[in-house]
Amino acid sequence: MSGTGGTGRMSGTGGTGGVRDRVHAAEARTGARTGLGRVLRSVLLVVGLPAVLLTAWWVLTDGSTSYFNPPLRTIVGTFGETWFGSPFAESRFVQDVVPSVLRLLAGYGIALVVGVVLGVAIGSSRALRAYAEPVLEFFRAVPPPVMVPILMLFLGIGTSMKIVVIATGCLWPILLNTVEGVRGLDPVLRDTARAYRLGRAATVRHLVLRGASPQIVTGARQALSIGIILMVISEMFAAKDGLGFSIVQFQRSFAIPEMWSGVILLGVVGVLLSLVFRAVTNATLSWYLGYRQSQHGGA
Amino acid sequence: MSATLPAAVRVWGLGGAGVATLLLVVELVPRLGIVDARYLPPTSQILGALAERLGRAELWTALGQTLTTWFTGLAIALVAGVALGVVIGSVPWLRAVTASTIEFLRPVPSVALIPVAILLYGTGMASTLLLVVYASFWQVLVQVLSGVQDVDPVASDTARSYRFSPLTRIRTLVWPTTLPYAMTGLRLAASVALILTVTGELLIGTPGIGRLLGVAQSSGAVASMYAYVVVAGLLGVAVNLVARALERRTLFWHPSVRGEAVA
Repeated sequence: MSGTGGTGRMSGTGGTGGVRDRVHAAEARTGARTGLGRVLRSVLLVVGLPAVLLTAWWVLTDGSTSYFNPPLRTIVGTFGETWFGSPFAESRFVQDVVPSVLRLLAGYGIALVVGVVLGVAIGSSRALRAYAEPVLEFFRAVPPPVMVPILMLFLGIGTSMKIVVIATGCLWPILLNTVEGVRGLDPVLRDTARAYRLGRAATVRHLVLRGASPQIVTGARQALSIGIILMVISEMFAAKDGLGFSIVQFQRSFAIPEMWSGVILLGVVGVLLSLVFRAVTNATLSWYLGYRQSQHGGA
Repeated sequence: MSATLPAAVRVWGLGGAGVATLLLVVELVPRLGIVDARYLPPTSQILGALAERLGRAELWTALGQTLTTWFTGLAIALVAGVALGVVIGSVPWLRAVTASTIEFLRPVPSVALIPVAILLYGTGMASTLLLVVYASFWQVLVQVLSGVQDVDPVASDTARSYRFSPLTRIRTLVWPTTLPYAMTGLRLAASVALILTVTGELLIGTPGIGRLLGVAQSSGAVASMYAYVVVAGLLGVAVNLVARALERRTLFWHPSVRGEAVA
């Protein structure tokens, strides 16, 4: 049994990655299948349960007269008209969803740059780390939404407030994980870099950033979900536009199917962003994933 | 603990100096007029407001309410996440069938549920609980799932050839492997749960620290706002410390913790 798993893994290391070789191993166990059957089976596995759940939602609510639980048919019916109404340039998608996502990306980008730069600086110096750590731990522990009323004092309720809210919320996980990653660098590699007299810039680029990147990605992933939360929350406090603002507006005006369509759209935005994130990290961390896999396979 | 005393003193001293610097900067920046004191009151005023609040029952009641919501939500998410995680993770076909659904539902931001929660449950604790449970459940579930998958195949085959009953298998094989993952999930979930507890209080109006902050904001009591932010931050620090201590205590036998103690 373990032999089968082992060979599956070995053949997988040359291929694309973890998922596929896990599937290989699973199939080696359940017995060989024909090519077409295999494709059909994996498609069914991916689509099966969501289809069942959606159908159940559709059927169970179809005759619903409940005010708060409109039929899925109605929600889907209002979806296109609510978000993609004509003309397209004046639709809510362009007026509300796009600004929200742009603010998220701006705040997230700022947090990423500041967090990594500060994290590398703090992580490289033992004294600086001891000096800054308690303060940073405090700021990380402050639940980011409580910063919204504070930042509203300084920046009003405009776009800059929202970007800063997102940036300050996303900063801490990135910063602290970068510090951890830099701290945990292999000392042998550090000494090697020194022995080869790598310049400061080269050391940071090839050793520090690369070595810390798995940790940075972990922080960036946590930050992304916080960022989405803050994108919505900052708009729920006060705003003129945005996805979160629209949803609250629908709720307050008791436009329930429209509100549900907004909730679904927000969910889809979250899922899409996490897919993009995964694609980016798979591309940048392919060396690490391969390395870890070879370590696993060798063990 | 294992570090020599002078080094420990040095780390503590530097950390204390860092905190002192922060307090000093916040004291001086408004006093020197760099930032308007109406927006950022000096440290002394913030701490004064905090001290005054600490003497009132209002703050302690709110703290209790926040902690109750947080703990209830976290407990529900933990039990549900561990139970479902172990079941789904142990049954290969169940895992294969649910994978896409979990991957889809997990990144759905929990704050999307705020309007739904308000409509369903009004402004009570149940509204905020819905958010807290939804957000922290996935953290636990995903960790437990990867933990169950991490079971050593040789040990798993050994258990099978000795014909361990499913319950024995879970108790002696799956659980010890999963526990470190579950603790990581718990630690992540604990801070996420606190974030959403406070969010719910701020936006929905569930009683607690967040609502006090909202009230202070609408009445323009800036020093009190900062005092509540400090309280929320300290609460967060406490949650992190407790979660980490719990992790260390539960996993004292695990190489990752033992290695840490030696290093």
